[in-house]
Amino acid sequence: MARATRRGVGRRRFLKGAAAGAAALVASPALPDAQTASGPQTGPSRQPAPAPSGALAAAETSAPSKPDVYTTDKPGSDFMADVLKSLDFEYVAANPGSSFRGIHESLINYGDNTKPELLTCCHEESSVAMAHGYAKIEGKPMLVMAHGTVGLQHASMAVYNAYADRVPVYLLLGNIFDVAWRRSDVEWTHSVQDAAAMVRDYTKWDDAPVSLGHFAESGVRAYKIAMTPPQGPVVIVADAVLQEEGITAEDRRRLRVPRLSPTSPPVGDPEAVAQLARMLVAAESPIIVAGRVARTPAGLTRLVELAELLQAPVHDGRQFVLRMNFPTRHPLKNSGSVADADVILALEVPDFFQLTHRQTPVNRFGMDAALLTKPGAKLATISAQELSTRNNYQDAGRYNEVDLAISGDPEATLPTLIEACRRLITPDRRRALDARGAKLAEASRRMRDVKLEEAAWGWDASPISTARLSAELWNQIKNEDWSLVSDTTFVSHWPIHLWDFTKHYQFIGWSGAYGIGYGAPAAVGAALANRRHGRLSINIQCDGDLNYAPGVLWTAAHHRIPLLTIMHNNRAYHQERMYITDMAARANRDVSRSNIGNELADPFIDYASLAKAYGVQGIGPIVNPADLAPAIKRAIEIVKRGEPVLIDTVTQPR
Amino acid sequence: MVLGVTVIASGAQAPATAPTGNAEAGKRLYEKHTCFFCHGTAGQGGTDGARLAVVARNLQSFTRYVRQPSGRMPAFTDKILTDQEVADIFAYVRSLPAAKPVKDIPLLDQLRR
Repeated sequence: MARATRRGVGRRRFLKGAAAGAAALVASPALPDAQTASGPQTGPSRQPAPAPSGALAAAETSAPSKPDVYTTDKPGSDFMADVLKSLDFEYVAANPGSSFRGIHESLINYGDNTKPELLTCCHEESSVAMAHGYAKIEGKPMLVMAHGTVGLQHASMAVYNAYADRVPVYLLLGNIFDVAWRRSDVEWTHSVQDAAAMVRDYTKWDDAPVSLGHFAESGVRAYKIAMTPPQGPVVIVADAVLQEEGITAEDRRRLRVPRLSPTSPPVGDPEAVAQLARMLVAAESPIIVAGRVARTPAGLTRLVELAELLQAPVHDGRQFVLRMNFPTRHPLKNSGSVADADVILALEVPDFFQLTHRQTPVNRFGMDAALLTKPGAKLATISAQELSTRNNYQDAGRYNEVDLAISGDPEATLPTLIEACRRLITPDRRRALDARGAKLAEASRRMRDVKLEEAAWGWDASPISTARLSAELWNQIKNEDWSLVSDTTFVSHWPIHLWDFTKHYQFIGWSGAYGIGYGAPAAVGAALANRRHGRLSINIQCDGDLNYAPGVLWTAAHHRIPLLTIMHNNRAYHQERMYITDMAARANRDVSRSNIGNELADPFIDYASLAKAYGVQGIGPIVNPADLAPAIKRAIEIVKRGEPVLIDTVTQPR
Repeated sequence: MVLGVTVIASGAQAPATAPTGNAEAGKRLYEKHTCFFCHGTAGQGGTDGARLAVVARNLQSFTRYVRQPSGRMPAFTDKILTDQEVADIFAYVRSLPAAKPVKDIPLLDQLRR
């Protein structure tokens, strides 16, 4: 990838240790001479129109009343770059835009295009979704730059996904606040009174600083808020005039970057946690339901510790698997049932109601909700959801009547819960729990055998079954340091059933809000995070999803991001055509027309050629399952050379 | 369409007047009427629908389920599928082959503990 040549700008940096996050005082250099001095301009014209030749001649031969200023060695955007560098961003994803051209230039020249390094994106939705996927592997935000208007409009769906998925993303929006500084119709239509308003319903915090000092304080605060559970996207608006004008002499003396002081995550009330421990230890058939538990590898370790201590089954994902919470082959995985449980503990589960109730399906009229749990069953939750609620967007799930609701971050609360449980377990209770665990392990083994038998059905079918695709992949990656950087919902969760997931980075989970278009860019972002660890990133890519913004393939090629993308090409928006079948059947009408508006056929899309057009090696289309293994082998060889590759496989619907 | 396994597997024998199914016609109808959306092109089933291959044993119970399903399957009335068409689909489903045993599929067999 191209990198900016260092041009001796380092000596002009305000902060010497900014990347380390230390506070630093801005140097107070002498004011530059008049030719380079800067500051808010008050003259009548900053961009003179062509003048009559006589006037031009006069202008060129007589001294101006106020000299034009052409350069500055310290635009405000340099200080903004210092602020951003202090936050230790590795990358900044952006589709270029004039409203943040100042900070763009500062990051690549003054900032030397390192920490953050600029990632060239072809769509703002890709930028944010890349940041989303990156954060799920790296555990911290990627910086994203976008126009405050047209860029954010493109990005908004990806912001909503990140919000619903409780993932930190740091958005920097360009805007021109002052009407007098808007030079054209474009700058008027690209300016906005309140840029963040568009996404305020689904971001955690935003600010629009009116000074560089304000930018520094809010810039650091935004990072702190994004990272504090419940995590989420934040927005800082960078005024174009603040970016582009020189830093005033007064500001040079007083500007400093505040030190980032991370906030510890909220932990559940110890008394409530003790009460929960009593419920769990006394329970005969408890179930732990995992939602967005493991923010970090520690979350996975702690959940395993709790499950093994209690010998309680962990249900990790129902319709969607939200996080890499629990090893997929653990003997306590997914056995037991909600109907038989006497205590159900939900850890950051976004729609707990659906788990404990059966609602009328879409193929029936009316709506009822029948309780699935047995009489007397106790429900408990640990969740930070209520610490970050919004009114408008309905991601809260239906209200569930629970017996004990603990507000706090599950990952941070688990150590307290584990210790509270440990203190209550007597030797007799230990023996009983272990006996339960042995039964659950046997049930888990049987469930696994059933899944293997199910995988055999349609094994040689064409289109290729998603079980076959997953098994073929596993056979060739099982001895690698791999990471699945895509969701598994649309391939019937076969990787979850067949692969041996043990590490937190091995799965990035669900998009958050079912906003299609997340898959490809999130995979690229996650693969970028995996790159420095030398991991083999695998993306099982839905065809409909890729078509939202396929230019992210070019971004992967341009930035040499190793990634094996294998298409789940069912040639349709399949969920929707199932819904249309439901609607047609409800209306006693022709179901055979359900493909209309939902199929991606006539012509079929050639994804291998699409990839090649973007500089990514393309293989396929593969329709015969016997051709899969050699294609995967070849693709892995390409990825190991540090390049992205795409295999187009024509697959069963799910 | 989404067919439930349990009901299909039970029930009385088809009446003598029940139409005789044509598997070849049934294959076309299976695709046209979107059965493969949920049950797969090989009748293998999945997260959205039950497996049909080597399950459906009785036309009468099959028809009953198609007309009045449980679970998530939409109801296919005789305005959508005639009894003859249901019989054809049944004949096709009956013709679908069984899966190979896991032990005969090395990629799956190696996944056994």
